[in-house]
Amino acid sequence: MSAILLQGAGAGAATALSPFNSIDPSKLVVPSRSSLSVRSKRYVVAGSDSKSFGSSLIVRRSEPLIPNAVSAKADTAASSTSSKPGHELLLFEALQEGLEEEMDRDPHVCVMGEDVGHYGGSYKVTKGLADKFGDLRVLDTPICENAFTGMGIGAAMTGLRPVIEGMNMGFLLLAFNQISNNCGMLHYTSGGQFTIPVVIRGPGGVGRQLGAEHSQRLESYFQSIPGIQMVACSTPYNAKGLMKAAIRSENPVILFEHVLLYNLKETIPDEEYICNLEEAEMVRPGEHITILTYSRMRYHVMQAAKTLVNKGYDPEVIDIRSLKPFDLYTIGNSVKKTHRVLIVEECMRTGGIGASLTAAINENFHDYLDAPVMCLSSQDVPTPYAGTLEEWTVVQPAQIVTAVEQLCQ
Amino acid sequence: MATAFAPTKLTATVPLHGSQENRLLLPIRLAPLSSSSFLGSTRSLTVNSPRRLNHSNATRRSPVVAVQEVVKEKQSTNNSLLITKEEGLELYEDMILGRSFEDMCAQMYYRGKMFGFVHLYNGQEAVSTGFIKLLTKSDSVVSTYRDHVHALSKGVSARAVMSELFGKVTGCCRGQGGSMHMFSKEHNMLGGFAFIGEGIPVATGAAFSSKYRREVLKQDCEDVTVAFFGDGTCNNGQFYECLNMAALYKLPIIFVVENNLWAIGMSHLRATSDPEIWKKGPAFGMPGVHVDGMDVLKVREVAKEAVTRARRGEGPTLVECETYRFRGHSLADPDELRDAAEKAKYAARDPIVALKKYLIENKLAKEAELKSIEKKIDELVEEAVEFADASPQPGRSQLLENVFADPKGFGIGPDGRYRCEDPKFTEGTAQV
Repeated sequence: MSAILLQGAGAGAATALSPFNSIDPSKLVVPSRSSLSVRSKRYVVAGSDSKSFGSSLIVRRSEPLIPNAVSAKADTAASSTSSKPGHELLLFEALQEGLEEEMDRDPHVCVMGEDVGHYGGSYKVTKGLADKFGDLRVLDTPICENAFTGMGIGAAMTGLRPVIEGMNMGFLLLAFNQISNNCGMLHYTSGGQFTIPVVIRGPGGVGRQLGAEHSQRLESYFQSIPGIQMVACSTPYNAKGLMKAAIRSENPVILFEHVLLYNLKETIPDEEYICNLEEAEMVRPGEHITILTYSRMRYHVMQAAKTLVNKGYDPEVIDIRSLKPFDLYTIGNSVKKTHRVLIVEECMRTGGIGASLTAAINENFHDYLDAPVMCLSSQDVPTPYAGTLEEWTVVQPAQIVTAVEQLCQ
Repeated sequence: MATAFAPTKLTATVPLHGSQENRLLLPIRLAPLSSSSFLGSTRSLTVNSPRRLNHSNATRRSPVVAVQEVVKEKQSTNNSLLITKEEGLELYEDMILGRSFEDMCAQMYYRGKMFGFVHLYNGQEAVSTGFIKLLTKSDSVVSTYRDHVHALSKGVSARAVMSELFGKVTGCCRGQGGSMHMFSKEHNMLGGFAFIGEGIPVATGAAFSSKYRREVLKQDCEDVTVAFFGDGTCNNGQFYECLNMAALYKLPIIFVVENNLWAIGMSHLRATSDPEIWKKGPAFGMPGVHVDGMDVLKVREVAKEAVTRARRGEGPTLVECETYRFRGHSLADPDELRDAAEKAKYAARDPIVALKKYLIENKLAKEAELKSIEKKIDELVEEAVEFADASPQPGRSQLLENVFADPKGFGIGPDGRYRCEDPKFTEGTAQV
């Protein structure tokens, strides 16, 4: 599985654009382990990247997507050595594909949000959908997050399956009343009578000098809400899979995307597939240490992993994907094998996902740990505008390498 | 007949309360007569056109006057009465049910059978009955924490509501919701919300569903949604956001303001820059109507118009009902701030007494018939209490059941199985 690595650090960091050659594809096909779990056929396609892209991949909010960076689907993988078919696309296209397939499949699925219709979505995830499905199925809302999130919830209670987009996850702070009280709780307070099969999605995370308010990580704020599930996508493959799974789920699901990951390119299967909402993803099996991560930090971790491998370490990297609930089986198996855990996240230090995960691991796998769980999170600082400062608020690969060396002494 | 809209169109029927008194120093009057008619009218507007443009401000800002097409029809067939005997008895029974039920709640609360915050509806019955008795089973109602009577009017059984208040398994929400969260999927009672204003977007969503079914799924859907909320809510952002969206998308929704002048201890006049809430409708492009909420027949006439509008696809209506709660905000409220004279004035306009008088004076019912209804309701409420008393409390097993519609949402435990597969899950003792 190859994906283009985006520049994770500021100026001066090496731009590593080569595929991850340390992954053994055969180890990544995990059979479904629970009788209840949805059958997720996981195809890992070993496509190779044929082009290298410079910094033009980086999406700036104010500018439209650079069309030149978009590779056409399917046929251009001339240098692909894979025997399995598939098509290459960018992460935002994968999200769109997933969404479109679900909208084709079930006429009750609809989209609502700011600029999702005629504008095609501020990150182009809903591009073309309004033309195809109409203005009511892809609804351009006025700027009233609380009300349109609530409207989505009311629509879900009465039989529709809305996908509510927050133009930036941070805007959903305005919808907190609806997300907490209604989205999370109504199924319970109604005694199970009403289901709320909504998907709330949008880009979050620290971008490229977007300023404090557009660089928020809302997963920490929402994680305590009972009754919701939270997932974070990180590759085109799991983006499409999680989108489809989230739409099909009867539970309210919050799908966290990342502003800087929308232009990741990958070859994904032509066949239909979904990713299990509750499962974590094994990115790189290893023996020495378990590194748990999600979303964009996965790429910082993989970058650090290359350095670590050269230094002789063998890290096991798991993309937890499911932020709530945690997949304690995959995580636990890893801890039992390596006995050391490092959590790398972009969330804030205080009360973040990492904090909860640390607690869960200590509680469940204390006996298997040879060292305290270490958690690398962003600084508890409003994300500064200045590039240098911004770089220091987020975990960088060098810090990950140091942490691993420290833990593995 | 006295309508809320056009006092000068009075005809032979005697109004229930005589002329409306000024209850505030500011004259909250009926919508002043102007040349523009109710936007839902079948008569086309000749004065202000084009009407089609949604942003035609001049048209929108003019106060709207309801055209009583329905009333006129009734007048010609029914000898100037607003209701038939059957309808009259139905309305009476519903209001008596509301009143008796709430009185019983007060008793039960003070006897320690129900707890927490309980908000009673005494005095406001005309609004609930006036609107909800016009709805079908598939129409939706969204309310606030003062929702017992809305649930009852919508058809939820007294037993289910009382049991819910007692926190028993047989309650409409299995005891998990409580006084402020009355839900019923069967009767399309969409709650029951504790925070003011948070139900209005949900109602907007239900109305959106109706429109979606009609226009996207091509189903035969004429369902409307009625959202009830108070004067305090009308200063909340969600209210305005939803007025905008409802008018913008022409959703089949009716926004009903139960203006009882008080938000706990905050007088509406002290909290609101322009206390005439009905005026806020035209600002968003929908008719705003003011009606005497202590008069069930007036409310019903307004409701008919508004519901018909919505069913025809002409969009939302904002209805402000001037009403009053005879009790405090909740059973925990000592109700010391309100003036005794004000209370007395509204007590004299008790909607149940008024309807009774109307029915008897217009020979629609005899005293004995009404008494028998009252007796029947008393027995019904008593029986509801007995039923609730006898019902079991929820067991431990119920603790985790309804957190997720799909319990896989609790995730995968360390042993590799989904937590919901753990036998302790059904016992309510699983680690989640």
